[in-house]
Amino acid sequence: MSSSSAFNDEKGGSSSVGEPEYGHDPASGGIFSSDYKRHDDLKEMLDSNKDSLKLEAMKRIVAMVARGKNASDLFPAVVKNVACKNIEVKKLVYVYLVRYAEEQQDLALLSISTFQRGLKDPNQLIRASALRVLSSIRVTIIVPIMMLAIKEAASDMSPYVRKTAAHAIPKLYSLDPEQKDQLIEVIEKLLADKTTLVAGSVVMAFEEVCPERIELIHKNYRKLCNLLIDVEEWGQVVIINMLTRYARTQFLNPNINESLLEEGGEKEFYASDDDEDDEEKKAEAAALAKRKPYVMDPDHRLLLRNTKPLLQSRNAAVVMAVAQLYFHLAPKAEVGVIAKALVRLLRSHSEVQYVVLQNVATMTIKRRGMFEPHLKSFYIRSTDPTQIKILKLEVLTNLASETNISTILREFQTYIKSMDKDFVAATIEAIGRCATNIGEVRDTCLNGLVQLLSNRDELVVAESVVVIKKLLQMQPEQHSEIIKHMAKLIDNIQVPMARASILWLIGEYCEHVPKIAPDVLRKMAKTFTNEEDIVKLQILNLAAKLYLTNSKQTKLLTQYVLNLAKYDQNYDIRDRARFIRQLIVPTDKSGALSKYAKKLFLALKPAPVLESPFKDRDHFQLGSLSHLLNTKAGGYQELPEWPDSAPDPSVRNVEVPEWSKCTSRKERKEKKVEKPFYSDSEGESGPTESADSESDSGSRSESDSEQTGSGSESEESVEESQSEEEEDEEEEKMKKKKKVDKSQPKKSESAESKIASEIQFLLSTSVAPTSSPQVTPVNNFLSSSLASDLEGLSLTDTVLAPTTIAPSASVRMYELLHRITGEGLGVEYCFNRQAFSPDPHMVAVQIHFTNNTSCETKNLHIEEPKLQSGMRIKEFPEIDMLPAGESVSVVMGIDFCDSTQAANFQLCTHTRKFFVSIQPPVGELMTPIFLTENEFKKEQTGHN
Amino acid sequence: MIHSLFLINNAGDIFLEKHWKSVISRSVCDYFFEAQEKAMEPDNVPPVIRTPHHYLINIYRDKIFFVSVIQTEVPPLFVIEFLHRVAEMFQDYFGDCSEVAIKDNVVIVYELLEEMLDNGFPLATESNILKELIKPPTILRSMVNSITGSSNVGETLPTGQLSTVPWRRAGVKYTNNEAYFDVVEEIDAILDKSGTTVFAEIQGVIDACVKLSGMPDLTLSFMNPRLLDDVSFHPCVRFKRWESERVLSFIPPDGNFRLMSYHVNAQNLVAIPVYVRQNISFFESGSSGRLDITLGPKQTMGKTVECVVVTVHMPKVVLNANLTATQGNYTYDPVTKILVWDIGKLNQQKLPNLKGSLSLQSGAPKPEENPSLNIDLKIQQLAISGLKVNRLDMYGEKYKPFKGVKYVTKAGKFQTGKVVPKQSSRLLFDKTK
Repeated sequence: MSSSSAFNDEKGGSSSVGEPEYGHDPASGGIFSSDYKRHDDLKEMLDSNKDSLKLEAMKRIVAMVARGKNASDLFPAVVKNVACKNIEVKKLVYVYLVRYAEEQQDLALLSISTFQRGLKDPNQLIRASALRVLSSIRVTIIVPIMMLAIKEAASDMSPYVRKTAAHAIPKLYSLDPEQKDQLIEVIEKLLADKTTLVAGSVVMAFEEVCPERIELIHKNYRKLCNLLIDVEEWGQVVIINMLTRYARTQFLNPNINESLLEEGGEKEFYASDDDEDDEEKKAEAAALAKRKPYVMDPDHRLLLRNTKPLLQSRNAAVVMAVAQLYFHLAPKAEVGVIAKALVRLLRSHSEVQYVVLQNVATMTIKRRGMFEPHLKSFYIRSTDPTQIKILKLEVLTNLASETNISTILREFQTYIKSMDKDFVAATIEAIGRCATNIGEVRDTCLNGLVQLLSNRDELVVAESVVVIKKLLQMQPEQHSEIIKHMAKLIDNIQVPMARASILWLIGEYCEHVPKIAPDVLRKMAKTFTNEEDIVKLQILNLAAKLYLTNSKQTKLLTQYVLNLAKYDQNYDIRDRARFIRQLIVPTDKSGALSKYAKKLFLALKPAPVLESPFKDRDHFQLGSLSHLLNTKAGGYQELPEWPDSAPDPSVRNVEVPEWSKCTSRKERKEKKVEKPFYSDSEGESGPTESADSESDSGSRSESDSEQTGSGSESEESVEESQSEEEEDEEEEKMKKKKKVDKSQPKKSESAESKIASEIQFLLSTSVAPTSSPQVTPVNNFLSSSLASDLEGLSLTDTVLAPTTIAPSASVRMYELLHRITGEGLGVEYCFNRQAFSPDPHMVAVQIHFTNNTSCETKNLHIEEPKLQSGMRIKEFPEIDMLPAGESVSVVMGIDFCDSTQAANFQLCTHTRKFFVSIQPPVGELMTPIFLTENEFKKEQTGHN
Repeated sequence: MIHSLFLINNAGDIFLEKHWKSVISRSVCDYFFEAQEKAMEPDNVPPVIRTPHHYLINIYRDKIFFVSVIQTEVPPLFVIEFLHRVAEMFQDYFGDCSEVAIKDNVVIVYELLEEMLDNGFPLATESNILKELIKPPTILRSMVNSITGSSNVGETLPTGQLSTVPWRRAGVKYTNNEAYFDVVEEIDAILDKSGTTVFAEIQGVIDACVKLSGMPDLTLSFMNPRLLDDVSFHPCVRFKRWESERVLSFIPPDGNFRLMSYHVNAQNLVAIPVYVRQNISFFESGSSGRLDITLGPKQTMGKTVECVVVTVHMPKVVLNANLTATQGNYTYDPVTKILVWDIGKLNQQKLPNLKGSLSLQSGAPKPEENPSLNIDLKIQQLAISGLKVNRLDMYGEKYKPFKGVKYVTKAGKFQTGKVVPKQSSRLLFDKTK
């Protein structure tokens, strides 16, 4: 109510001018004084004690700001309220502050301390918004404060605050580019962040601050690929565009060896294991046979595979980003998948269509076949806006081939009757292009165009003339009839371009129409003075050519025309006349050139190539602004050419042994499987998964329930994990050391992670390390009812395995503190899946410290745990000393309260404190239980 | 990325401006006005305009131009899609996205824009999150607020922001738990004069209205998913389940949302629900013409065709129309040259007919092209493609929701009377061979 009334007041004041207001002239009498008054009462309201009055005042002020009115004189009154308790007032003050701080730098500084306090607030929303506003204030003097705030926020435990920190980086960078080096450090740190929330924002910061530092991506490449599907839409676009560039620098051109690809291209996109085996074999064979065929880097494949589902996104920008990625990176045979998605975008808003059609037009030049099946989708509707029509026409023209040309021409024919004349002109041009590109239909098109010469609409005729001129140039001998016909048209056509084209044609082929040509020149000489410049130039041209070929008849006419031109107003025409005269009229002084006049004027001219304006536009990254404008926009990053030899792929390997798994590929193939336990592991379902989706591939193992009851599978552990294809490379390594030694505690949970924790049970087989492992069944998709059944099982005779197993390859190690951030102290942890003896409710976490420094670290202990309510920590005993180069493992217990919330605490040494957090995957929240094989089978049969 | 946003109405007034970085003078819009003048029609304003120092990316929606100012390279679709998202958000908040609505709620608009972009990069664009941050205006709330001075702004971080289901807010509670799905299909078709289909395809969407408590996990399956040729999803839908099992598995946003859009395979023949007999002719002399249109139901699967409206864009020379309709009303607007015939329900027994004479501008040449007809129609309880929802299952919550599915078929871009040259007729561009 308040805001609207305020708004209307102002409207009364200013919109009476009836024009768009450009700023608002403060000197314009009455308005100024009334504004001034109003500002007085606003100030009063802002100074009052009542929040409601303040709010009212702020609303009116923001309404003024929104209308582009100057409210800067209120700055002192507003800034006082920055610490107001009422959150809406506060927010509106922020809005105002960000708008005017730049103009009133000194006063703006008054608010800084409030934000600094806000940065320490326990509420993450307030911390984030304080950082947001602080970093949005464009006052150079606070750069150091901002830097500090960003650095701190980058290690905040709330991912939302970290996201805000990522957003703040480009702000600071634009304010003070000298901070670049420090900001890059922050970016590097945030790039390592494992949450989806941060990923998009930090890549955006990376793109704005240091897009050239491609090496920062190496270690995060796989993580970004795997997280991609869970990142919010806008982040996806930025990440995909960045990864496109990255891939161009790191991988080999998949189309480098076209012929080889033809055969490989038939493969299913989701390459099954067999395919990959083949590929590997191929690779080996190739290594032997020196000349190596192209083998796609598994990381390259990972990118293609993980982006493909995003073609189904509702967001046009995401679809376009994936489409351009495929266009630039995918093997030729696979690019086709994007066509359908792009065609789908054509049903969206007309602005979307406009951009998509531009990109499709570029693609059709290189990959025509891709869009051919969708030809009809580019048919033009009478209701399309002209700019869309013309783009569709461009696409249709590019798609024209010998097989579909008759359909396309028939379609074009209907377009010619359209009422939209610009479009008709474009259609005629398109017909011309089809005719030049496809020899077979040239005559047909020419005949059609000649018929159009008798069209009632002059524009149609004119455009036809221009196009016919171009076509005739290709084979003039056969078409003197048409030239004659066109010569007749000169009496009627008024469009300059068309007149010029006819004159040029007659001049060029005057030998084919010896009788008509001089006559045309005679007529033109008469009207010369009234013609447009472009026509005048062609008249001169015609005169010169006729003089050279038929000087008897045209000598006088030519002289006459040249004389007229000599005194023309346009200097181009005067110049041309002088030039021609010197060349063709032999005088004493005329130089050697006049001898060659005939050669100069009547040289055989190459036929024009009618080219698409979209040709070669693909050197710009598709989907970019630069591509659309066909010029480089500011900040555009060139798409690099493929490297000749692939850079070292191992740079993308991540230090932590992430993919510790032992699988038998053969075994897996035999299984019919394909009902992975976590149906969409990449994590749309569980809240935890985004945090560690990169990791769940390796650690979560499950087996199919088909295995139930048969004892034979105990030979090998059969594991299935939905994302395993992605880690083939790592798997390979693991396979080499293939030892059947895993006794994996198996976990099960319902599809809904929420109730998972209630089902505290674990079907586990614990076997001595050397014996063969056993497969544990896992119920895929426990429905909640089943889950509660299971809950009822009393597993009374459990025996806890007494030994502590050192973290073997079977247990995932997570990084708690990287050795760089930890200044030499590297900390990893794993869930060792043992019962935590001091407290059965706690999950045992094994922590492994490594001292990489050259001096010893003392007094390692935990401080200040920040925990969700109910969560508890049992700290490990303080480690007095860790000598340089040594490592040590300790066990601590955490009661996560069956939630997947992270436990945050400080890890302290004698010199430093590090904020760290441990977030458990759902699967680690289970209590380990010991079952004998028989008991296990018993449990199993009951429920499957 | 996005530097500033200007909202401009049809009259060329800039009625709102918002800057996310340094302030850019509104004089930058002059370049836009220039382009607008050149384009004549709002539809033809190029979406991307280059100026010496900036780029303007604009959309036209609900009679408002959303003009954003860009300074550096950014995917144009990124901006366009975002601007449409902004317009949708206004629609969502204020019921419609008009100049009046925006002006009336200018503070909320400003707060929304502030939340949606940070430094020009999208921050929160999910309706569910925004509604927790900034509550939509209701009459009751604005009254209460004006008395108590309480605010529309939430104090805590929306839970959705942090979870991997950002589209759903936590702690949703309903007494009646309901989930409704509307399967809406549109037929895009071009028919030639004799009624033969030149081109036809079906576009469909599934719009959902889900009011369920807690965190329900829904699975929607179809009887005949093979029909679907190309699909796009709301981010909540799990791609992998769709790829492997052809079921839609998702944790729904709260409230209204578009679950999926689809395209039905063009190979399946599209049943055209109506046929049209039209005869529009202009006489060479006498500056007049005749019009005779009859509509009838064709393949309607026993359902009634409703809300039938025929629109004809007449050539410019048609001054007026003097017609009689056996059913419904017609109007002819001599300025826009649009003839609208609102028929209503299609009657099996008595076919609606519109007949009469057209008066043309005297002396003007007879129009070359016969106008084509655009037809609008609606069929309740029928998805023309035959798509059927099989079942909806819910996991994760214990209550029994009320479920409902509704089918509607509409005409999308349905055009008849296109003159398509046939093989038999004398062809301009028939192959000579």
